[in-house]
Amino acid sequence: MSRYVSRRVLAMIPVIIIVSIMVFSMVHLSPGDPVMLLIPPEEASNEETIELMRRRLGLDRPVVIQYLDWGWNALQGDLGRSIRTRQEVTEAIIERLPVTLQLSLFSTVLSLVVAIPLGIISALKRNSWFDSAATFTGLMGISLPNMFVGIALIFIFALKLGWLPPSGYVSVFDDPVAGFKSLLLPSITLGTALMASVMRMMRSTLLETLRREYITTARAKGLAPKVVISRHALRNALIPVTTIVGLQIAGLLGGAFIIEYIFALPGVGKLAIDSIYARDFPVVQGVVLFFTITFLGINLLVDLGYAFLDPRIRYS
Amino acid sequence: MAASTVSTTNRTGPGALKVAGGRSVWLKRIRNESTTRGIVGACIILAMIVLALFAPWIAPYDPAGVDGSAVLNGPNGSHWLGTDNLGRDVLSRLIYGARISVQAGLIATALSLGLGIVIGLVAGFSGGWLDNVLMRFVDGFLAFPDLVFLIAITAMLGPNLTNAMIAIGINGFPSFARLVRGEVLSVRELEYIEASHSVGARPVRIMFRHILPNITAPIIVWASLRVGTAILAEAGLSFLGLGVQPPTPSWGSMINLGNTYLEQAPWIALSSGAAIFLAVLGANLFGDMLRDMLDPRLRGQRFAED
Repeated sequence: MSRYVSRRVLAMIPVIIIVSIMVFSMVHLSPGDPVMLLIPPEEASNEETIELMRRRLGLDRPVVIQYLDWGWNALQGDLGRSIRTRQEVTEAIIERLPVTLQLSLFSTVLSLVVAIPLGIISALKRNSWFDSAATFTGLMGISLPNMFVGIALIFIFALKLGWLPPSGYVSVFDDPVAGFKSLLLPSITLGTALMASVMRMMRSTLLETLRREYITTARAKGLAPKVVISRHALRNALIPVTTIVGLQIAGLLGGAFIIEYIFALPGVGKLAIDSIYARDFPVVQGVVLFFTITFLGINLLVDLGYAFLDPRIRYS
Repeated sequence: MAASTVSTTNRTGPGALKVAGGRSVWLKRIRNESTTRGIVGACIILAMIVLALFAPWIAPYDPAGVDGSAVLNGPNGSHWLGTDNLGRDVLSRLIYGARISVQAGLIATALSLGLGIVIGLVAGFSGGWLDNVLMRFVDGFLAFPDLVFLIAITAMLGPNLTNAMIAIGINGFPSFARLVRGEVLSVRELEYIEASHSVGARPVRIMFRHILPNITAPIIVWASLRVGTAILAEAGLSFLGLGVQPPTPSWGSMINLGNTYLEQAPWIALSSGAAIFLAVLGANLFGDMLRDMLDPRLRGQRFAED
């Protein structure tokens, strides 16, 4: 297992390099002069300033040198400065990170706790009223756009019933009750899709696993149905589910953009959207790199979990 | 029939060891249920395509027709779904919006599917260094969370529908590739593949004729999710103002407008949200039916017991 772990960790290095090249290229693949993306719009008409900035930003050097320079700085946590506020990009991200973290964690936990048991029960009681109801709910869940869920929840629970705030953020560390209330609607909104697809996948893979020969064998040799399901079926059925959870967590990180926008939560996603509108390119680039590296870390954990669940992969 | 249903539910544990009679009644019922739902899904998709194709003849008003005398009117006899802040007819804008969603859903998913299957099959089947290189390449793309990737691409290429579809299509392929590869790994070492090798089948034939048909179920489930996801992604981008640009009507940008006027005119957000929901639901229901029809294991069992 430890050999597998170190191999996976080492395998991340080329991915990080590929990703960093892709993120770096954003500025250069964008149509138009890269320098225009990196200087304040009010200075963009002055030829002299443009040339000065081009030299100061090092954009007159060969692209490879620029990349190495940018990558070296990024490795040290320096992602440049915001054009708009002159704040360091890294600092701006760290400032807003707790909001996004709370939102993502809360909604992941919320949806897995609901989805996995429901998916298992659904598969085991196939075609019961419970299964139909759960399948129907799951289908609704993956089909609902999260901006619609969010707006509908605001409409019902904030505007009509007045139980929860329509938007805004209170830190759970300052005021646990208000903090929890401010996060509840966004988390439900963000977690809906994850919940629905995990439930669907759990159900369909468990059903598929239960049709395999080794399950028949396990039953035939007289194992208790509970043991067959928990030790033989579930372990194997969880493998594809782990992959889907890993993939969906990416959706969760991205979903944070829309959720934070709707609920006016001052998180990293909101920072990126505001920066796109303001054409604050260094911040956009920084957030993209940050989210991506974060996701890579999560992905690694998922892969390790995968190997833990399935020895065939570990020893291949 | 009622008795057989009761007896099957009493036998704990699902699956393989059911009495043939009870199971075949059962299977027929699922088959019928899923077919019914699939047909509902197909009808929704068909309706959307019809709306998209014939929008100019179906829509009661010009979708861009501003009417100062009918601003933020609630649903009524002349405007069934009310009007927006510029007095434009919401229903007509929804009908024209179907064009955007149909295109985004189909074109983007086709792009992801094609790329994903080829790369996943080759990687999983060949293993070794090629697998490694391909999967690192896929990981490079997969490393970007969906919306982060879409936002990066649209921020880079500029916000419009074509760029949105390219972004969504490329963004979707890694998940297909990984899923396909994972499935290939699980069947690669099975006896029937070994048998094909030993009778001298060429790798391409084994990949596409022996492996691919045996792993279609999860790919189709995932593709059904992806058509929906592509529609959602386009709506999300347009919602954030990074997809289709005004005045072209799209469901995503209509929800955004509806969000602004949620208190005075909830019908804008609710109707466009419902439209996206229906479209995605239709795609999903249809995908489920395809799955039940194309799963050879399920089909095999039915033939065995009929």
